Amino acid sequence: MRKIVKYILLDILKNKIVLVYTAFLLLITLSVFSLEDNTQKGMLTMLNLELFIVPLVSIIFSTIYIYNSSEFIELLVSQPIRRRSIWLSIFSGLAGALALAFIAGSGVPMLLFERSVISMMMIGLGVMLSVIFVSIAMLAAVTTRDKAKGIGMSILLWLYFSLIFDGIVLFLLFQFADYPIEKAMIGVTALNPIDLGRILVLLKMDVSALMGYTGAIFKDFFGTQKGVLLSFFVMLLWIALPLLYSLRKFNHKDL
Amino acid sequence: MTIKKLLPLLLIAAFAAPATARQLTVGKNAALKNIAQALVIAAPYDTIIVQQGIYHEHNLVIDKPITLLGKDMPVIDGEHKYENISVKADDVVIKGFKVCNSGISSITDYAGIKICNRHNITIEGNYLENCFFGIYSQYGIRCTIRNNTLKASQKEEQQSGNGIHCWKSDSMQITGNTVSGHRDGIYFEFVTNSLIWKNRSFRNLRYGLHFMFSNNDTYASNIFENNGAGVAVMFSNHVRMFRNTFRENWGDAAYGILLKEISDSRIEGNVFKKNTSGIFMEGVSRVEMHKNSFYGNGWGLKIQASCMDIKLNNNNFIGNTFDVGTNGSLVLNNFDHNYWDKYEGYDLDKNKIGDIPYRPVSMYSMVIEKNPPAMILFRSFITTLMDRSEKVLPSLTPENLKDDHPLMKPVQL
Repeated sequence: MRKIVKYILLDILKNKIVLVYTAFLLLITLSVFSLEDNTQKGMLTMLNLELFIVPLVSIIFSTIYIYNSSEFIELLVSQPIRRRSIWLSIFSGLAGALALAFIAGSGVPMLLFERSVISMMMIGLGVMLSVIFVSIAMLAAVTTRDKAKGIGMSILLWLYFSLIFDGIVLFLLFQFADYPIEKAMIGVTALNPIDLGRILVLLKMDVSALMGYTGAIFKDFFGTQKGVLLSFFVMLLWIALPLLYSLRKFNHKDL
Repeated sequence: MTIKKLLPLLLIAAFAAPATARQLTVGKNAALKNIAQALVIAAPYDTIIVQQGIYHEHNLVIDKPITLLGKDMPVIDGEHKYENISVKADDVVIKGFKVCNSGISSITDYAGIKICNRHNITIEGNYLENCFFGIYSQYGIRCTIRNNTLKASQKEEQQSGNGIHCWKSDSMQITGNTVSGHRDGIYFEFVTNSLIWKNRSFRNLRYGLHFMFSNNDTYASNIFENNGAGVAVMFSNHVRMFRNTFRENWGDAAYGILLKEISDSRIEGNVFKKNTSGIFMEGVSRVEMHKNSFYGNGWGLKIQASCMDIKLNNNNFIGNTFDVGTNGSLVLNNFDHNYWDKYEGYDLDKNKIGDIPYRPVSMYSMVIEKNPPAMILFRSFITTLMDRSEKVLPSLTPENLKDDHPLMKPVQL
């Protein structure tokens, strides 16, 4: 398994897209922090980028990579290697490469500009989101053989998590405006890793505006050690569930 | 201005003091062992010098015009039962005492030092600790409360009185005091023609300054910090607020200043920093706001639709999460020539004024006003998208709430 991971990592590096992604992140991070005189504001811009670009790149790149290496996967399957380790190796390779790209491109400069709990959380969130969206991409890629359909599905999934989901939440908020739904909303955020990450970081950062009644309830939950641990656990679920489901599908798939 | 006003008063005071004034000394080693004794012997306009020590005077009633000077901060202890000093004569000076442990009651307003229906009282350089009410003036006229430090440590609002409490008073001068841990730092009700200057009021349970039905007053260069609910100025007119600092007033119902039913007033050169809402105004009319700075507040300014004729010019809005919030579409106020750090317009003719108007109310802030739990979507992509489309085609935000001449650079203060 280690050999396959190594091979995939090398292959991704040779591919150069991840290197360009790293350079792009580095460029953006440096320019954001050198243009803004206020690091707090810089962090907010970084948060917006992180919630937008990291999932997009992770999901699209991973899906395309899996489709493009279908012949390689077929070759591996013909060898005496368990399918399980093939699939997990591909996941580890992709997740590792993208997480490393994020740490090198955004994480290190962020730490250089502001060494605080917030930047540590931002880095953690970036790594988590990278891995989660690789996992979702694996699920998207395994469900269909058609490359166009698979990539289309990835794009739709990304759109769903970063835009449509919030639209639905807003719609529900207005539909149920007469009911006390603040507590239920905490549960709803668990259904979207991007939202979950955003709220976690915001509660650390932009507290003043979140101070209303809703903010108080959120802070009560997410502000505590228990809340943070629980959200971390939910994020882990977001990695594990799509991955395991895709693994089951891959195990039974007629290649 | 204030010096000029004071000067004649000082002159009168200097010449009016009779030449025959005696000095009495109270102390452990002096003939007089307690202040009450000295007060009996003293003639009007005498000076009583109190030496260091702890005095259990029960309720010390000053019924003659007397100058009471503490040497090395003598302590007047109220034993948690009595009102320490009640001033029931004019022209009294109380200077340099430590007044502590007044009684606490829900029927009587016990105070460290109480002025009852008197004028020309000076209370200066005292240290009040653990008093129910600190310095209390009812029907006080031309009193000076200067350079005192008031400190209390109650946790419940019911168990705690106000630091400097003025009720139905006139021409008061409250300068250079430090108040902390009381219910309201400085409390004004039916007080007119007064000045609150250079005080510091922090970590009070409720308001740093509570100000009601008090007209023609000025408060300037004060610092209000970290109070339970900030500062409230209500039901008053002709109030002038200059160069005050309102800092870190956090919480659900905390405001830099809460302005309610205020009219014909001026708010100039104040700094609002890191408050939940810098200013919250309701039913305010004919108020001019110039050269104020709003830094890093949740809401810079919350202006309800019930406000009218407010002129907001040359203010700086920097780093606020929301610059302006409102609750309706009616706008009868004027926003002009302010600096907004979120302004994204351009200045083609280089006259330092942006060429396109700035709309300080974002659509998202309107959504939150209608539906507070929508805060959950704060800084998500969809709200950015909403705000962008709203900027191009305003539908939900009040169309007239805009700054037609936004400045390109912050106002120099």
